[in-house]
Amino acid sequence: MTIDRRVSRRAFNTLLAGASVGLSSAPFGVVRAEAKKLKVGVLLPRSGTQALIGQSCFKGAELAPSVIKQLLGVDVEILSADTESNVDVARNRAERLIQDGAHVLVGAFDSGHTSAVAQVAEQRGIPHIINIAGAPQITEQGYKFVFRNFPPAPELVKNGLSLLNDIFTAAHTTPKSAVFMHVNDTFGQSMAKGVLGNLPALKLPFTITETISYDPAAKELSLEVAKAKAARPELLLVVCRLNDAIVLRREMVKQRFAPMGIVSPGSPGLYEEQFSRALGKHAEYAICNTAWYNPKSQATQLVSAALKKSEPQTELAFHGTNVGYTLDAILVAADAFKRAGSAEPKLLVEAIRKTNIASNVRMSLGGAIAFNAKGQVEGNRSAVIQNLRGKPMVTLPADIAGATVVFPSPEYKKS
Amino acid sequence: MPAPDFVLNVVLSGILTGMVYGLMALGLSVIFGVMRVVNFAHGELTTLAMYATAVACEAFHADPFVTLVPVTLGFFGLGYLLQRLVINRFISRPEHTQLLLLVAIAIVLANVLLLVFGPDARSVQTDYQLDSIELGPLLVDSTRVYAAGTALVATLLLFAFFRGTMMGTAIRACADNQRGARVIGLHIEHLFAVTFGLGTACVAVAGSMLVLLFEVTPASGPAYTLLGFVIVVVGGLGSMTGALLGGVLIGVSESVAGMLVTPSAKSMISFALLILVLTFRPSGLLGARR
Repeated sequence: MTIDRRVSRRAFNTLLAGASVGLSSAPFGVVRAEAKKLKVGVLLPRSGTQALIGQSCFKGAELAPSVIKQLLGVDVEILSADTESNVDVARNRAERLIQDGAHVLVGAFDSGHTSAVAQVAEQRGIPHIINIAGAPQITEQGYKFVFRNFPPAPELVKNGLSLLNDIFTAAHTTPKSAVFMHVNDTFGQSMAKGVLGNLPALKLPFTITETISYDPAAKELSLEVAKAKAARPELLLVVCRLNDAIVLRREMVKQRFAPMGIVSPGSPGLYEEQFSRALGKHAEYAICNTAWYNPKSQATQLVSAALKKSEPQTELAFHGTNVGYTLDAILVAADAFKRAGSAEPKLLVEAIRKTNIASNVRMSLGGAIAFNAKGQVEGNRSAVIQNLRGKPMVTLPADIAGATVVFPSPEYKKS
Repeated sequence: MPAPDFVLNVVLSGILTGMVYGLMALGLSVIFGVMRVVNFAHGELTTLAMYATAVACEAFHADPFVTLVPVTLGFFGLGYLLQRLVINRFISRPEHTQLLLLVAIAIVLANVLLLVFGPDARSVQTDYQLDSIELGPLLVDSTRVYAAGTALVATLLLFAFFRGTMMGTAIRACADNQRGARVIGLHIEHLFAVTFGLGTACVAVAGSMLVLLFEVTPASGPAYTLLGFVIVVVGGLGSMTGALLGGVLIGVSESVAGMLVTPSAKSMISFALLILVLTFRPSGLLGARR
């Protein structure tokens, strides 16, 4: 009852001003207080059409805190969000992660989702490190907060197509014709552009007689496969996702379409665990020339040991690329956080720009991780991965190969 | 010019898929033909039937052709009760309230499926899913043949019921003249509920077959509702033969368009067909002219 009388107007104003200053500076205080731990918001499609690959990538995020602690001595906290294989959900979840205090965003596997997340990150001024997404335009738009350690589609395709000649040379067999089938989403269109644009310059021995695009969420591909079969190609070149790769392969078996080989010049799908599980013997000999992981790097050794401990049944080979690039994205963030000594976005971004993680430290296959002016890492390498005896094996290049490439496939029927 | 065996294969595949589509749309057409209620929850009921089949096959390690009977009977009961307890109250109300009710049912069903099964796709695996039958130059997917055969048998049974039984005749009488049917003492509410049950049973058979051909997610419903509408509008809303014809026509036109233009543009053709039919024959190919 007496308090009101005792507090004068001047004292009240002073108190109010003091409280305002205190409250307005509180977030900075919080940031400083939390700077001992980096909060990484990881966005992945863990349900929906791309769920299986998203879950595979998430293994990298789950292992990251312990692996990074051992590598850098940095504490990382993962805040995860499911994009549900949907662009709008990806955008909303990115906003939510920032509201929840994420210092940096990592993700989001799909190029369309990643573009949406990149826009949010740019608007909100939070660094976004892309784990996997191939659409080249993401790092061509002058974004200041977006970084990618994954080859953009043209580079991925060029790497993948270049390895085709190595396969033909190693197998002493050269196909003369090919059908090119690709998904028509953002990633697929970019890859298709890369494939069709790179073929003349690479002087590959075959000609593409038919190009067939399809919806990655297609429930069935009987017509597409019938059309491909009718062109009687010796090689089937595919840019696919996981679910459609399974549907496609099943349809090939049904229609008894057996070319010399099914080769992807850099898309997911064919080397995934679910592909082998769902198709059994029909998954054998499928080839994917794609970004892979370095079995000899420091990060791989730590991941391999951690995975054996946490999931003894899981074979790293099925998840290598997904785990590797996701872990590397978080590693980049943690490394920048360590050097910046702060989770303040602008300082983090400055530190990310100066990243230089040696090729024998990173898990994914390639040179040192260092970003160019556009926020893109150059020099990521691809390998020829073939499903042999129920799991993906590196068959080329020779320095990391664990098996010999089988081409043409034993079931090849000359039509 | 495509090779003849390729064309034949594509057309045959379109006919077989179209027959399953036709059966699904038949349920929609029967319900509208008798009760004049447009079932906007049709796709979600199809999705529910696909999930029911997938769950039953997994739980009992049974084939979809075995679980077909209990699933169909269960769906007949579900349809009967849905009509008797809920939809019947809306029969004489304005059409927009019926629309709102059925859209609400559709949303509830989709969200219940999402809640129970999550957003991931489900399918049924069988020993024969990769088999195909060789008929000279033709190579036919055996699953599609079995599914189309089942759809045909179900359709014939439905025709036989409406043409050859007292209850079928009574339902047709209701469809022709409700007041007259009531005057001669027919129990309209019961007959309507049986009709809705039969329509839902058609959906169950179609759903059991569709899950053999395609994966299902809780979000699959609207696409099936749309497909059902396209088929019945093309064939003639309320016409049973029209629904079957519409299904086959859509199946074949999509296949042929995919072959001649590009496979990813195949659905565009069915909508082009819909526009043509709505423009030049609004009552549908086999619908009664007004």
